[in-house]
Amino acid sequence: MPSALMREPDHPAPGAQALAHAFSLARGALHEVYAGTEADSPSLSALAMMLGEASTGTDGRVQAGQQATLWVRHEALGREVGEPHPAGLAELGFDPARLLLLRARDAPSALQAGLEGARCAALAAVIIELRGEAKAYDLTASRRLALAARASGVPVFMVRAAAAPMPSAAETRWLARAAPSRALAAKAPGHPAFHLVLLRARNGQDGLQHHLEWNRDAQRLESRLPGHGETAPAHQPGGEPAAPLSRAVVAIPVHRPGPARHEPPPHRRAG
Amino acid sequence: MNRPRTGGPDDRPFVLVEQDRGALRIAALDPAAARGGLRAGMALAEARALWPDIETAQAEPEADAALMRHLAELCDLFTPLVALHARDGLILDVTGCAHLFGGEREMVWRVRRRLGMLGLASCAAISATPQAAWALARDRRNIIVAAGDEEQAARTLPLTALEQDATTTLALGRAGFRTLGDLADRPSGMLTARFGAGLADALRRILGQEDIRITPLRPAPEVMAEKHFAAPLGLLESLLTVLERLAQDIMAALERRGAGGRAFEVSVFRSDGAVRRITIETAQGLREAAGLMRLVRLKLEALSDPLDPGFGFDAVRLVVIRSEPMAERQAALDGNTEGQTQAGDVASLVDRLSARFGRESVQRFVMRDTHDPVRAGGSVPFLSSKTVALSAPREPDKPEPGQPPARPLTLFEPPQWIEALAEVPDGPPLRFRWRRVLHEVARAEGPERIAPEWWRCGNAAPATRDYYRIENAHGHRFWVFREGLYEDSLARPRWFLHGLFA
Repeated sequence: MPSALMREPDHPAPGAQALAHAFSLARGALHEVYAGTEADSPSLSALAMMLGEASTGTDGRVQAGQQATLWVRHEALGREVGEPHPAGLAELGFDPARLLLLRARDAPSALQAGLEGARCAALAAVIIELRGEAKAYDLTASRRLALAARASGVPVFMVRAAAAPMPSAAETRWLARAAPSRALAAKAPGHPAFHLVLLRARNGQDGLQHHLEWNRDAQRLESRLPGHGETAPAHQPGGEPAAPLSRAVVAIPVHRPGPARHEPPPHRRAG
Repeated sequence: MNRPRTGGPDDRPFVLVEQDRGALRIAALDPAAARGGLRAGMALAEARALWPDIETAQAEPEADAALMRHLAELCDLFTPLVALHARDGLILDVTGCAHLFGGEREMVWRVRRRLGMLGLASCAAISATPQAAWALARDRRNIIVAAGDEEQAARTLPLTALEQDATTTLALGRAGFRTLGDLADRPSGMLTARFGAGLADALRRILGQEDIRITPLRPAPEVMAEKHFAAPLGLLESLLTVLERLAQDIMAALERRGAGGRAFEVSVFRSDGAVRRITIETAQGLREAAGLMRLVRLKLEALSDPLDPGFGFDAVRLVVIRSEPMAERQAALDGNTEGQTQAGDVASLVDRLSARFGRESVQRFVMRDTHDPVRAGGSVPFLSSKTVALSAPREPDKPEPGQPPARPLTLFEPPQWIEALAEVPDGPPLRFRWRRVLHEVARAEGPERIAPEWWRCGNAAPATRDYYRIENAHGHRFWVFREGLYEDSLARPRWFLHGLFA
């Protein structure tokens, strides 16, 4: 894995830098989050919202927490995985009043609505949740979204559970799933935890793996080890066993330096 | 006021019959039948005895009512205040409208010609009060009563014009009254004492001594602009050009009032009598003609059956249904309207999405102050103005720091039945089967006991629920509940999956 995360864990500072960089979820770009099964759908929606939150306010111009997020959702998902519940959103630390929900009849109208949102610079993020395989989401559609996102500076998250990744113009593509949480006292389920594999990134850093936990109070995703004492599930969508990551709890700061795609990736000069 | 009549196909008397008190009776009849001595309400057998060769058809009250509603839409062309009256009448409040059509006489002619084009015979009268006009038209008089002459015109009307029940009319006839003039000459106290206040009121209204306004089918618009074309307009594009000019007119009117429109309606009148209406709602006050036109175009594109010019459009009208006060916005010297642009952009995005995908598709979340998870939150159309009326909307509670989410991200309504096996009778499930997949529970927390709001559910209150947050071996988190208290239910308890956590 060509990641700085694999450096010795006693260097937390470069580790933090590297993690933040690995998560170069630039604003003004299209990001895809895939999952193997529909059961991971709620986790994916939440993850997209968390990533949107983490990518807000990078330029320091607008304060996170003020802007609305457009959530475009395929109507049929309501039957498959349930309707969004505002109390649950609030429990995750998102203000339901800041969410704009669009129930799309089919994939083409979902993409059209998402595109309309991606052009609106006043949004914090656009989340498009399609259902299953969608023919309408092809190279052209993804290119349109990516261009609109670049022009307006709004991050667009394409969320697709139970769909096979397709070639697209996305900046990053992640394979995500819910991960066993760190149990609280008396074996109670803990904070939402996720396992992410970077399938593809424009800057070539693929294969990265992350175990992340959502810290609601700090509004950030934190890296952590897989739940102690819990064995990772046998069938891994990523295909490889979860590698132990940095031991230090590293946070992705909400306010980070500008989008990484504008600057060359940091590298060490020899001599 | 118009009275549609069904014209017979030939000279044979033609009647419409309906089933009434076990017999077929005449519901309506044509002039030939009326000349032959038939009348409405007569049994068909009796009528056939008089005229064996009369032609009959079944009366269709629903179809008649639909036709009347359609005619009311059509008459909307002449005044925005149109009401239906009785089974076959239309009342138009033409106050201040007649001059637009070249005077009252010209206007009546145009209304009747319009109906004539649809093959309907009509009678029309204009008077100071709707009741007087109605009574005169009902009596088949096509007259225009000048102001002050109402009593004179109405004096000769028969007693039936009062539209009282049969016994009252009969009693008045037996008392020797023949016309309204006879009644008007008597002191009204006497009539009230014998027949009740209803009769005296009806009389006063017909005589023009008391005026109650009609209740129009559609509320009177706040601002309205319309354009009638000399010849039918065949191109949609030219229609939009005209509409744009109207939009500029009403926006100017809104500006003078210091208001912005929240709901607009475009009515398009086609020359064959079809009326199409397009409603546009906005998330915040709108006062730009260009913005409105953009929404109109989006809406037209999204129509499932496109606006078909057919033989051309006769007229187009643009109406502001709802408006709200709107503060003037002063642009800063550099042309920036600080801060407001952000919210403004989202609002116009909502407008565009609502116009394109329908009002119901664009939603926002609302929360209510209740412990019932189903009622605690939901989503409503973004543009619905009813949210204020929702019981006690509230700010979401700040979740307890350091605790995982207590409520799921998605909720199933109704909850989904699962097959669950619990280790101890009142404990969390050990494993459960949902949608044919077996889940082994790795972690669980609970129960959280949630009782239904008994004051909302009549006699059969649903059982109390014990909720558990559980997580399976793969890290999927569920919100399940056992129905009913364990000690109450002797049978096997039923388990349900109510939501999914992130």
